[in-house]
Amino acid sequence: MTTIEQHIFPESPTTQDQPLIPEHMPTQDQPLIPEPQPTPKEQVIVIEHLRKRFGSNIVLDDFNLTVGKEENVVVLGKSGVGKSVLIKCIIGLLKPDSGSILVFGQNIPGLDHEELDRVRAKVGFLFQSNALYDSMTVRKNLEFPLRRHWISISQEEVDAMVMEVLDNVGLAHTVDLLPEELSGGMRKRIALARTLILKPDIILYDEPTTGLDPVTGKEISGLIVEMQKKYHTASIIISHDMHCVRLTADKIAVLIDGKCYAEGSFDSLQHSADRNICQFFE
Amino acid sequence: MPQPTKFRQFLEETGTVARFTGQYFVQTGKRRFEFSELLRQCYLIGYNSFPLVGLTGFIMGLVLTMQLRPSLVNYGVESQLPAMVGIAIVREIGPVITALIFAGKIASSMGAELGSMKVTEQIDAMEVSGTNPFKYLVVTRVAASTLMLPVLVILGDGIGLAGAFIGVNIRSTTSWHLFFRQVLDNFAFGDVLPAFIKTFFFGFAVGIIGCYKGYTSSKGTEGVGKAANSAVVLSSILIFIIDLVVVQVTDVLGLN
Repeated sequence: MTTIEQHIFPESPTTQDQPLIPEHMPTQDQPLIPEPQPTPKEQVIVIEHLRKRFGSNIVLDDFNLTVGKEENVVVLGKSGVGKSVLIKCIIGLLKPDSGSILVFGQNIPGLDHEELDRVRAKVGFLFQSNALYDSMTVRKNLEFPLRRHWISISQEEVDAMVMEVLDNVGLAHTVDLLPEELSGGMRKRIALARTLILKPDIILYDEPTTGLDPVTGKEISGLIVEMQKKYHTASIIISHDMHCVRLTADKIAVLIDGKCYAEGSFDSLQHSADRNICQFFE
Repeated sequence: MPQPTKFRQFLEETGTVARFTGQYFVQTGKRRFEFSELLRQCYLIGYNSFPLVGLTGFIMGLVLTMQLRPSLVNYGVESQLPAMVGIAIVREIGPVITALIFAGKIASSMGAELGSMKVTEQIDAMEVSGTNPFKYLVVTRVAASTLMLPVLVILGDGIGLAGAFIGVNIRSTTSWHLFFRQVLDNFAFGDVLPAFIKTFFFGFAVGIIGCYKGYTSSKGTEGVGKAANSAVVLSSILIFIIDLVVVQVTDVLGLN
């Protein structure tokens, strides 16, 4: 395995740009106070030695990845290499053959249904096909996860939260429409709103800009960054769209032959001499 | 060798359906029953099927009466027409025809709906949203189907008898009161109860096959079409098999 950058505790660009001694710290003239050490970023997802196969087809083979708090990690890879399988294993929709997936310290493959539901309340999932319920209006689509995870919530609170997330994605006027009455970009925004309504700490995006025109794709990428800043979420983003990758990624993990072939920032991987890596940036 | 492979596929599918049915009973017994969804499904499955069942029941009663009359006239027992039509409708034709119409409408719609939900990841989205999709989608639909078909059969039988009354009055004049007295006087316990009980099995079969085909469909939109189609075919065959078994059982029990 070629590792470009191995980040056990990855630093976001914001922390990299910060001075070592913040402005409010004492100067040389002031009494000496022990200098605060930069604390390692809390890891919200730790994947170790993950293996998953379908019949004779080995999809994930000793895959390792860590995601820090409020960190956006993009998983790059060719079609069919198991990127979607990876995030479906993280959310517990697929069970890996071996390995561990720790989400907030809890090993997902070992959880029972109720424990898994408690973790899922903190993890949003944006499906590639949006997966909006055809028979429900936008309002009902957004209410559905709220009603399921937060059973005792009042109708007034539900209405307020629905309108808040719809305002955030700029589609408050669609509240009583059916998904079939919306455009592709609008459906993606509604799907994002449904993901955000539980105020998750982690969001898993499965190709969020696939099937959208470049302009709408840029809008969705911008929205992902905006929502990440607003809700302080960590994310794993599966994408082929390099504009989306550039805009959203704090860290990129390249998935080749079921392994995390390389990790690093957009700039470091873009200038890699490794043919397997730079092919994604051409 | 195609034949052993098809036979093996048949056995595998039978095993999968049996497991799916077992899963239905396991999930039905678990907490948090989806009552509001069950009521919604009862409305969609029962109320929305009523016009179709009513229309076919009416035509069935009318046509059956008109077809039977010449034969009964030949034997000089035209006066027995209401009783004969009544027994035929209540014991056999009403339940089976209504169940077949129901299978055509409901099993196909369940197969297509759940199949498309599966291929568009809506079932996965439901699971991520803290919902047990099997309980929410399958248990409620099968329960609604099992509960609603007997109701539809009763209504269909009633409308079929009304059609028969009109059929009787096309060539002769019989009062409403006399017609129904002749029908009811010839009914026995063994005519009504087994016919009513078997409709629960018909409804269960339609629900479980419709849901099974949809819930396990694959191969994208092609798979959705196949799921809808095979749900109707398989549930229709099962209706006849259940009918055959029920007739044998009631015969053994002396209810015929």
